[in-house]
Amino acid sequence: MALLTWQAIKEGDALPELKKRPGVTQLVKYAAGSGDFNPLHHDYQFPQSKQLGSIIVHGRFKYAALGELVSNWLGYAGRIKKISCQYRGMDFPDREFVCRGIVTRKWEENGEHLVALEVWTESDEGKKTTPGEAVIAIRS
Amino acid sequence: MAKEFEITDEMRAAIGNESPAWTYEVTTTSVRAFARGVGYTDPVYFDVEAARRAGYRSLPAPPTYLGTPVFIPGRSSDTFTFPTQGQPTVKHGLKGLLDGGTETEYFSDVCAGDTLRVVNRLENLEVRESKALGKMLITTQRTIFTNQDGKVVAVQTGQAIYY
Repeated sequence: MALLTWQAIKEGDALPELKKRPGVTQLVKYAAGSGDFNPLHHDYQFPQSKQLGSIIVHGRFKYAALGELVSNWLGYAGRIKKISCQYRGMDFPDREFVCRGIVTRKWEENGEHLVALEVWTESDEGKKTTPGEAVIAIRS
Repeated sequence: MAKEFEITDEMRAAIGNESPAWTYEVTTTSVRAFARGVGYTDPVYFDVEAARRAGYRSLPAPPTYLGTPVFIPGRSSDTFTFPTQGQPTVKHGLKGLLDGGTETEYFSDVCAGDTLRVVNRLENLEVRESKALGKMLITTQRTIFTNQDGKVVAVQTGQAIYY
């Protein structure tokens, strides 16, 4: 992987998109990895799942996927200082959502090379279900 | 769905309350389990040698992962793995629960081998109304993660929506 440099980053740059299509098995792996065993994310017989007509993808899975989007772009060229998102809409298993991001700002502060990103997940209906932001410090 | 809901003085008194500290572990196995759960393919989250070559002291915690709470039956939530006493409680009587949002601010790196001391603080209570869910109670919690060297490595702020 070519190392990302501060010099090369421009405001308006788009991060390479990350497609996700978690099925039940993937959500079970996430439950085990995160410790969140809420049946709403794996059990179709759970009352809240029945009410919704389906199980739903963990909000935190989408948050972590936005982290993966940033990690894949950043590589080992710096570190995440802040990453946030809001859970605005539900995503369902076996349906694709896409993680996207753009560089909104690039600046220097206290000797650090900083980049702000707008990140979000987009459902297969084109809805921004998980909008968020991140701030990255680039090493060189 | 609640038509009417008000924050009582008793609820408001809980603002600022902190939970007892609990231990969260970041291990090579827990980092792999989380990275696998998200679907990462980057070897730095799986292969210790690859992580060292990339400049990390061991497998780095993937973004948003801040360790796994130590699970002890009877003291931990069977559903969420968090310590049962790990959240400052607000008696509100609302049954529905949604995750509102999460922000993580990092002050240092977190890698496999780290043991974090975790404290939750109730920061704020707020009532909002939505067409779909009626009156909702929004709680804001701050979770402070301190590593084995006494350094605050991350602070996570989250909103829970009760309706």
